[in-house]
Amino acid sequence: MNNKISRITKRYSEDPARLLDVLHDIHSLKGYVDDDDVEQLAIELVLSEATINEVISFYHFFSKTPVGKFSIYLNNSITACFRGREAVKRALEESCGTTFGSVSEDGLFGLFDTSCIGMNDQEPAAIINGLVFTKLTAFRVKELVKGLKEGKPVSELIYEGTGGGNNADKDIQSMVQNNIRKGMLLLNRDYHKFEVLRKELKQHSPLEVIQIVEDSNLRGRGGAGFPTGIKWRFGRRVDGKHRVIICNADEGEPGTFKDRVMLTEFPELVFEGMVIAAYATAADIGLLYLRYEYKYLLRFLNRILGEMRTEGLLGKNAAGIKDFNFDIRIQLGAGAYICGEESALIESLEGKRGEPRDKPPFPVEKGYLNYPTIVNNVETLASAVKIIKHGAAWYKGFGVKDSLGTKLLSVSGDCRFPGIYEVEWGTSIREVIEMCGAEDVQAIQVGGPSGVLIGLKDIDNLGASNLMKWYKPSGMMVAQKFYDRKLSYSDLPTGGSIIIFDKRRDLLQDVVMNFMDFFIEESCGSCSTCRNLPSVMKQKLQKIIGGHGVRQDIDDLLSWGKMIKVSRCGLGQTAANPIVSSILNFRDLYEGHVQAMTDFDNEFDLEKSVQAANNFVGRKSVFHQN
Amino acid sequence: MSKKIIATTSLAGCFGCHMSFLDIDERILKLVELVEFDKSPINDIKVFTRPVDIGIIEGGCCNSENIEVLKSFRENCKVLVSLGECAIMGGLPALRNGIPIEECLREAYLDGPTVSENKEQVLPNDPELPMLLDKVFPCHEIVKVDYFLPGCAPDADLIWNALVALVTGNEMELPYEVVKFD
Ligand SMILES: Cc1cc2nc3c(=O)[nH]c(=O)nc-3n(C[C@H](O)[C@H](O)[C@H](O)COP(=O)(O)O)c2cc1C
Repeated sequence: MNNKISRITKRYSEDPARLLDVLHDIHSLKGYVDDDDVEQLAIELVLSEATINEVISFYHFFSKTPVGKFSIYLNNSITACFRGREAVKRALEESCGTTFGSVSEDGLFGLFDTSCIGMNDQEPAAIINGLVFTKLTAFRVKELVKGLKEGKPVSELIYEGTGGGNNADKDIQSMVQNNIRKGMLLLNRDYHKFEVLRKELKQHSPLEVIQIVEDSNLRGRGGAGFPTGIKWRFGRRVDGKHRVIICNADEGEPGTFKDRVMLTEFPELVFEGMVIAAYATAADIGLLYLRYEYKYLLRFLNRILGEMRTEGLLGKNAAGIKDFNFDIRIQLGAGAYICGEESALIESLEGKRGEPRDKPPFPVEKGYLNYPTIVNNVETLASAVKIIKHGAAWYKGFGVKDSLGTKLLSVSGDCRFPGIYEVEWGTSIREVIEMCGAEDVQAIQVGGPSGVLIGLKDIDNLGASNLMKWYKPSGMMVAQKFYDRKLSYSDLPTGGSIIIFDKRRDLLQDVVMNFMDFFIEESCGSCSTCRNLPSVMKQKLQKIIGGHGVRQDIDDLLSWGKMIKVSRCGLGQTAANPIVSSILNFRDLYEGHVQAMTDFDNEFDLEKSVQAANNFVGRKSVFHQN
Repeated sequence: MSKKIIATTSLAGCFGCHMSFLDIDERILKLVELVEFDKSPINDIKVFTRPVDIGIIEGGCCNSENIEVLKSFRENCKVLVSLGECAIMGGLPALRNGIPIEECLREAYLDGPTVSENKEQVLPNDPELPMLLDKVFPCHEIVKVDYFLPGCAPDADLIWNALVALVTGNEMELPYEVVKFD
């Protein structure tokens, strides 16, 4: 028995539901988890070794083998690629003396790819031993690695000094920039911390709070857009020994980073929202699921929770309300996009692999440890605070009919001013483009890879005959000018990721391929559709790009895109979107690649295919021509 | 009405699909009224003697001969049907696809626990033998295939219904019983 490991499991009362924390602590201790550790954990946490191993293998930031004294995870989002990732990668390989996917011989450096880390407005970015380094260049990589070799602590190597705002806080000390370009209701300095908890909240009964939120028509900002008031009402109705509020800060959709900025600049607003939700639904357990990539915010956020406890805003009789007992714990994720899906997130919170559950039952009925559970996005909870503060009527003054209030957009890609823009719902694509200073726009990805790629072709001379057909997630085709499409739940719904591609970009080869790689990497593997089809579809796309495609291939892609919809969760259901939406909106790119004169091309090469076996058995390849 | 001409073959398969075909039992008499067989193991005709309407392929492609036969089917048949798991997906033979072909050969002829008589370490390399492909391919990755009848082996009723539909030009009957596999 290793005492150090025992001390770690004791720290979490040998609770198997805290397996993620235990594994994180072992990683901090020695960098990876070996078979002996697993054996010991199995005994102390009363889990099977297989269970522990499958959890370790599920998460990107857990490892059974050493990952280097300095483990460097370089983001591979499309924006990083367009901002010079390749040069950074080469510089890293040269100066660390190893290749990506492995550890240098001296055990000093491990180099790994990783999916979008929420820094799309300051790429290329990497995580080194839990700290974020942004705007990397080959030059900076060399300095950085030199510093690490000289034994300087990672935290001292931040080359530009700390970023603005709270990034400079003593408990953050990060070089990450906020890049807040436009604020309205949430990103507003006219915010007095915890004022609503101290004043307005007490003036309403829990049911009144729900009613106000319902009246405001607030809808979930995590992507799905479920009405928040109704979710709270459902959650309150279900009986349970405990009730749970979860704040979803997993923010894994490539291209979003607004939750990061909210948690950096307005963490109080988010926690305040959680307390309000708990009050409204009579919840006693609060959990904020923070993606591992944002670990650098953890100490800061915990400090604020501590302050809230000191001020009586959390704990027994929270916010001075009798018999309202509520506290919040932050759970760190471990690298998995799927853990943003609410039921997978709950599995992960219980210390398991983040595989989505079958629904129903929905989390409001049976969620965390089977208690009724309300999962809300960071932005949703923050909006609820403003609604309680100023009232539903006030809130309805912003936005458009089916989409009220504001939306935080994470804008990145080919534009002069990437960053966070808080806009009213109903803002058009034209306005977004003008706002962020984008020129020569070819296409825009709305809602990240799981959203849609919409085109800009011929915007300047789009005549009546040129009206384009637009695909809507509902499956309806509508004719509409691209420029005037509006961000809203009925036209262009979005969790806020906006990635802009100008005319230099090769949409199929670079963008769509990158997005497909993302889904292939992030599928949890549970449904065969989602596990297999993205790979097969990518192969077919590769075939088309390589000049071997036929028209049938395009039709196959569309029909397989329908088949994948039977997957259990939203990840699988949207995993074909990069291909399907680019076919629908950029069909000519595909047709330009496929062969017109043949209806079959298989790329099969008999001569090549028999080579290996013939070499091995020692015979010549002879072909009969008939 | 002139009878439709049918051809069948088994490539890298086990003949299970052909056996299932014969499971149509007494309907085989009806079949003879509907179709005539050309190249097929059922009548042992080895080469195509005329243009064929419907070619039925069992098995995927694991060697150069399979490729040749499959291509000749495509050339001689108006409609090509992949019959069964192996033709459609590669099936059991495709289990070797994750293993380098050299390793498979070594295991089969040199090092495998059941290899007892190969002291001279002979490997099959007679020029008369078909040449092994590096992977086992489903038929539609070699030639264009028009229809797919899944199953291992496909239910006799599924084969019958498909044939009748193809011959008569009517829509195929696909009740749940003929496509469920448990
Ligand atoms: C693959 C996948 C990833 C998701 N990632 C997130 C995420 O990072 N943050 C989030 O708030 N919601 C995410 N969601 C949506 C959640 O399942 C859930 O709908 C949301 O957290 C509910 O909160 P809301 O109603 O406030 O939007 C994701 C969904 C799927 C299918």
